[in-house]
Amino acid sequence: MSEQKLQSQTVQTTGHAWDGDLQEYNNPLPTWWVYTFYVTVVFAIVYWIIYPSWPMGKGWIGGLSTITYVNSEGETRTHSWNTRALLLEDLNRASAEQKPYFDKVSAMSYEQIARDPEMNGFILSSGKALFADNCAPCHQAGGQGKVGFFPNLTDDDWLYGGSYDKINETLMHGRRGYMPAFGEVLDGAQIDQLANYVASLSGMRHDSAKAAAGNALFHSETAACFYCHGPDAKGRRDIGAPNLTDSVWLWANVPGAEDDDGKIAAIRGVIAGGLAKGVMPAWAGRLSPEQIKVLTVYVHELGGGQ
Amino acid sequence: MNLNFKHEWIETNIGLMAVLTMLAISVGGLVEIAPLFFIDKTIEKVEGVRPYTPLEQRGRDIYIREGCYTCHSQMIRPFRDEKLRYGHYSLAAESQYDHPFQWGSKRTGPDLARVGGKYSNEWHVQHLIAPRSMVPESVMPNYPWLLTTPLDISDVESRLKALRKVGVPYSLTQAEYDANVGKFGETVARQLHIPDARKNLVEQANFGNYDGDRSGISEMDALVAYLQVLGTMVDFSKYSDDAFVDYR
Repeated sequence: MSEQKLQSQTVQTTGHAWDGDLQEYNNPLPTWWVYTFYVTVVFAIVYWIIYPSWPMGKGWIGGLSTITYVNSEGETRTHSWNTRALLLEDLNRASAEQKPYFDKVSAMSYEQIARDPEMNGFILSSGKALFADNCAPCHQAGGQGKVGFFPNLTDDDWLYGGSYDKINETLMHGRRGYMPAFGEVLDGAQIDQLANYVASLSGMRHDSAKAAAGNALFHSETAACFYCHGPDAKGRRDIGAPNLTDSVWLWANVPGAEDDDGKIAAIRGVIAGGLAKGVMPAWAGRLSPEQIKVLTVYVHELGGGQ
Repeated sequence: MNLNFKHEWIETNIGLMAVLTMLAISVGGLVEIAPLFFIDKTIEKVEGVRPYTPLEQRGRDIYIREGCYTCHSQMIRPFRDEKLRYGHYSLAAESQYDHPFQWGSKRTGPDLARVGGKYSNEWHVQHLIAPRSMVPESVMPNYPWLLTTPLDISDVESRLKALRKVGVPYSLTQAEYDANVGKFGETVARQLHIPDARKNLVEQANFGNYDGDRSGISEMDALVAYLQVLGTMVDFSKYSDDAFVDYR
């Protein structure tokens, strides 16, 4: 059948033959295809004229299309089309829409923002996006933190203070937690006594005799726990020393322990090993002051603001 | 198209066909690549970009070895959504010492071009060991061996020498070192001196203690040191937000 079909068509050949009779058909392209090709050529030329295209010496032809934007110095500039100028134009447009809100954020006090229903809505929506992009990897999506790593932001237990100003300070400049390791200063029995005392402070099951000895040790110059955690063990916010008398745990994984011995062991681990973690990055260079103010109010409103 | 042209001329003359083929395929290169050698506005003039320290460079080698680039790009594009999430768009200048560069658009994970300083070292360590312990919805694999594998520093000089061969200004001679002092300042120049590479690497790892374990230098130390420097070299507060518009 294919032979019949070939015979019925009159197809040109390329006009030369190899090995005597080996020829090649020359099928011209369909007309619609050829004209479409010409159209793309014309399109390309128009495109070259409008957009940056041909290299010329040390630069290139910018094209007729331009973009006008206002830069951070407040100057209005017009530039030949490119994606970087396009971004600035895009940012100009977005900030014009958000400006009324961010202007209010700058002008209003934290308390005013929190009381204003409209601003509260703005904080909740923009703060949620900022929190998800920047804070959630450590403090988790809902701000509940991670025992052993990053503090819970939804309770009212604050390491450095839960007032607007303190939250803002933490966000702007970051924090660096530190507790010395007592593993080499104290012996195993002493650390066990301290752990039992700390467990007793928050009403956990403990050995009373050990706790009594731990109490003495806590307030002695040997262990000197009271320097940072305070004589009442309620912590010191100026240095980020946690309150040991509540049942909120950050460093010792007490909630994750399987039994009472495990809980005491978790506390012993922190006392012996100390902490060189608890680093909160500084956001001052990465986010704008208005964004940090939005986050301050957002974090304050997660539940524990003071 | 019926010109007075015969295929036969070319098809029966293999020498002519080779020359014409070569000409045809070199057009793309000539038009797209050659001008880049003459245009002086491709690499932005910014301060602060330097080659990686020996420890960071070893971290980068591990980054490539573990195939991090198959899911993470290091190229923030000039779009508003990317600026809001990742920060200032990446500059060509910022990857001028990268061999190979880590640009791309394949993002199973987030872009890492400016991840430096965004999270604490302990976050990185925990996240690399078990990503889902930090980010529950993550699909990133676990890399627990990084913390337990000691970093091989025996060939760090050779690695830097190889990079020097392709143009990264690590110094071997006093003259090169002096040139680096002029270009990057003394603190950086010292880090780029190949004869001191091993000493510098150990010093930085011990001082930074990136993996939180002081007992030795692990691959985690190197990788976290690398991640923490990404995108931090240029201080964008020194530049107007349209300072780099002319470079496109």
